[in-house]
Amino acid sequence: MGPISSLITMPGWLEMLIALLIGTGFGFALEQAGFSSSRKLVGMFYGYDTTVLKVFFTAAIVALVGSQFLSYFGLLNLSQVYVNEYYAGASIIGGIIMGAGFIMGGYCPGTGLSALSIGKIDAVVFALGGFTGAFLFGETYPLIQNFANGSYKGAEKIDEALGISTGLFIFLLIVAAAGMFWIGELAEKKFARPDITGEI
Amino acid sequence: MNPYLAGTMLGIVLLLAMFLSGRGLGASGGIKYCVVSLVGAVDRSHAEKSIYYGKYFENGKEPLNNWLTYEILGVVTGGFISGALSGRLKFRIEKSPSISNTRRLIFAFLGGVCFVYGAQLARGCTSGAALSGMAVLSVAGFVTMIAIFGSAYGFAYFFRKNWI
Repeated sequence: MGPISSLITMPGWLEMLIALLIGTGFGFALEQAGFSSSRKLVGMFYGYDTTVLKVFFTAAIVALVGSQFLSYFGLLNLSQVYVNEYYAGASIIGGIIMGAGFIMGGYCPGTGLSALSIGKIDAVVFALGGFTGAFLFGETYPLIQNFANGSYKGAEKIDEALGISTGLFIFLLIVAAAGMFWIGELAEKKFARPDITGEI
Repeated sequence: MNPYLAGTMLGIVLLLAMFLSGRGLGASGGIKYCVVSLVGAVDRSHAEKSIYYGKYFENGKEPLNNWLTYEILGVVTGGFISGALSGRLKFRIEKSPSISNTRRLIFAFLGGVCFVYGAQLARGCTSGAALSGMAVLSVAGFVTMIAIFGSAYGFAYFFRKNWI
């Protein structure tokens, strides 16, 4: 069966309406999680607020387990769902640059958009920086294209790469997440900053 | 909202994207399409000749007419609705009391530049690469997630005066 987009040829307007509605749910969930606050987001890196960890891993596990169940019951054909292609060097270096951007700016692109929607001026400036970053990438692409397209591994899956079953990997991921949630709760007590968490 | 409940809501939205459209969520991709379109509007011949922008204009394609662009328009709408319902709509600069507005905004700008530059290189940000990638068990998703969070922890010490 699904994804629906592979079953029927949707008219363009319907596809875009679905995109708009999914985006609306995405922005709503990010804002409700408290991710429209940069001081809450960076709390993750100083220990006083670990909401990022809790929301991020809960969401990944819900979507992962949900899609595996849908697939098991024949409702979703996972081979028709996009799997990110892995360019080892670009993923690692890109991730490191993003992490630096995270701690400087206090947002990631999605949370920045949700923050600017409620009037955070710093998020508007972060987004302007984001536009500039995309432009700089486009202009410097000829210089870095060999690196960006190098060490290509295809749409590799982690359970296959580790040589374990999908079920076992998901089980281990859930155990690891539960362990991290526990550490997160401890960190919030050890590194508590009521002066910051009271304001955000 | 309770973080585990908010995470469940976010996970369901991601699952819906997978079920309806066969894809994950994204944010930096939508920003890229806006920039590509803007470059095309300012200097069409530069955009068409460029090895990077060119592919987005092939066969008369319009980069703004894209799933991701409509999706980020939705993100702003959804954030606004949530903020309105929770009474959080307000124009302000959020920062630590110990730094100036100018310092906060300079770092916000530099952070945005780095984040989206890195996201273009890694082919996705926290949403498109890390979160959506993990949900489909892609190696790229897990590697990008570890690189982003590991790097932010590594740099946190150097930028601590901005936050704590």
